[in-house]
Amino acid sequence: MATDAYEAAIKGLKDLLSKKADLGNVAAEKIKELTQELKELDSSNSDAVERIKSGFTHFKTQKYLKDSARFNDLAKGQSPKFLVFACSDSRVCPSHILNFQPGEAFVVRNIANMVPPFDQKRHSGVGAAVEYAVVHLKVENILVIGHSRCGGIKGLMSIEDDAAPTKSDFIENWVKIGASARNKIKEEHQGLDDEAKCTECEKEAVNVSLGNLLSYPFVRAEVVKNTLAIRGAHYNFVKGTFDLWELDFKTTPAYAFS
Amino acid sequence: MSTESYEDTLERLGELLSCKSDLGKVAAAKIEKLFGELEEQKSNKSSDAVERIRSGFIHFKTHKYLKKPSLYNALAKSQSPKFLVFACSDSRVSPSHILNFQPGEAFEIRNIANMVPVFDKTQHSGTGAAMEYPITELNVENILVIGHSRCGGIEALMSIKDDAAPHKSVFIENWVKIGTSAKNKIKQEYGDLSFQEQCTHCEKEAVNVTLGNLLSYPFVRERVEKGKLALRGAHYDFVKGTFELWELDVKITPAFAFS
Repeated sequence: MATDAYEAAIKGLKDLLSKKADLGNVAAEKIKELTQELKELDSSNSDAVERIKSGFTHFKTQKYLKDSARFNDLAKGQSPKFLVFACSDSRVCPSHILNFQPGEAFVVRNIANMVPPFDQKRHSGVGAAVEYAVVHLKVENILVIGHSRCGGIKGLMSIEDDAAPTKSDFIENWVKIGASARNKIKEEHQGLDDEAKCTECEKEAVNVSLGNLLSYPFVRAEVVKNTLAIRGAHYNFVKGTFDLWELDFKTTPAYAFS
Repeated sequence: MSTESYEDTLERLGELLSCKSDLGKVAAAKIEKLFGELEEQKSNKSSDAVERIRSGFIHFKTHKYLKKPSLYNALAKSQSPKFLVFACSDSRVSPSHILNFQPGEAFEIRNIANMVPVFDKTQHSGTGAAMEYPITELNVENILVIGHSRCGGIEALMSIKDDAAPHKSVFIENWVKIGTSAKNKIKQEYGDLSFQEQCTHCEKEAVNVTLGNLLSYPFVRERVEKGKLALRGAHYDFVKGTFELWELDVKITPAFAFS
């Protein structure tokens, strides 16, 4: 199909040039340019395909075939101990930074690793992932990992006025999940420069997400039974550090007044 | 917080025993028992999890971070990934493993059944935001949507008997219904296959639904039309150890002008 169209176009061009020979030089220049463009297009396409192919081959030879017992088991089912929220940022994949192996961690990745509060209409995506991991897979740990130089948090900190129209289609509406973190940082850390404020917000936004997790009844049910632990973390790739903290949540037995 | 109450309670215990010294032996026995219980708790799940996280990070730091300082220094300043990857949250299908993506290569969105819903600012701001940033600000050149074998989300989708029936889940069915047209197509064309075979077909068809939905985002369509963004789908089968890759070919021809 593509070659038919190309043949037809070449024929049309030849017909034209046979009538108007003086256009020959112009045509030659333009055809050279076009050939170059097509070469670049082809190489970036085949670069991508080659990258994907070699990546899979590497995985298959170095991991999949070398550990067939593990992969046979995993083919039957998964029982990860962790539900991890990480940013979509290309530098912070939990498989790298925490060396999670296949089967260990159920991972949700979005802008600024946010967990919105329970909302069946607006936030079914995160809700579905938390529901599946906690209710069906029965993970024992939830870990929310924030990170340095987070573009999403920077976007959040840059929102001047909550009432102003948004500059983006989606980004500002999404990162506003962390608005209370931003407000807290702006109030308590006025003396810090912008980058330091962002770092504080990266950590405080994790705490907002940890709190939001408790708005999911199935999370709360497991936490009070001590079958689910909730932790926050901050990966700083500038300094090469990893901070880890825990949300301690208990309900005491009730006093009965009468 | 918990250390404060521990100090307080010890103080009150001390005060009690100074008033009632005959309770000394009883107190000693109970404290020994408590000590034993706490020792046991030390090796419980909580410290296992903390240890797993700690050792995982140390492994990364020694074997990767410190071994490639120029790469990590450059990445600390900025990222310029060539890929935006949609993969399932399933613990078995991390793109860093199955495609050996290194830090800096791929911006990743992971959700149940690797779905992209149609453009919707109200109901799907999360996916929209996660696409808007890499496409409009990082200028990724490739989008790759990876479906996979034994996907629980697709199984849930295929198990929905009647679109009008009340949901059994709080969120899951609402989310996986993004792929409803895939389910309907499979049930129609492959109704004679086993449930598991139908699911395998649906895993792939749902990727195609997602590829189509991508075009409902103006910032995607613009770049695809100009040839600056390629859209590909894939299916990773971890039962067979295979990986299929295909491309969505989208073109807009110049207009014929009729008058």
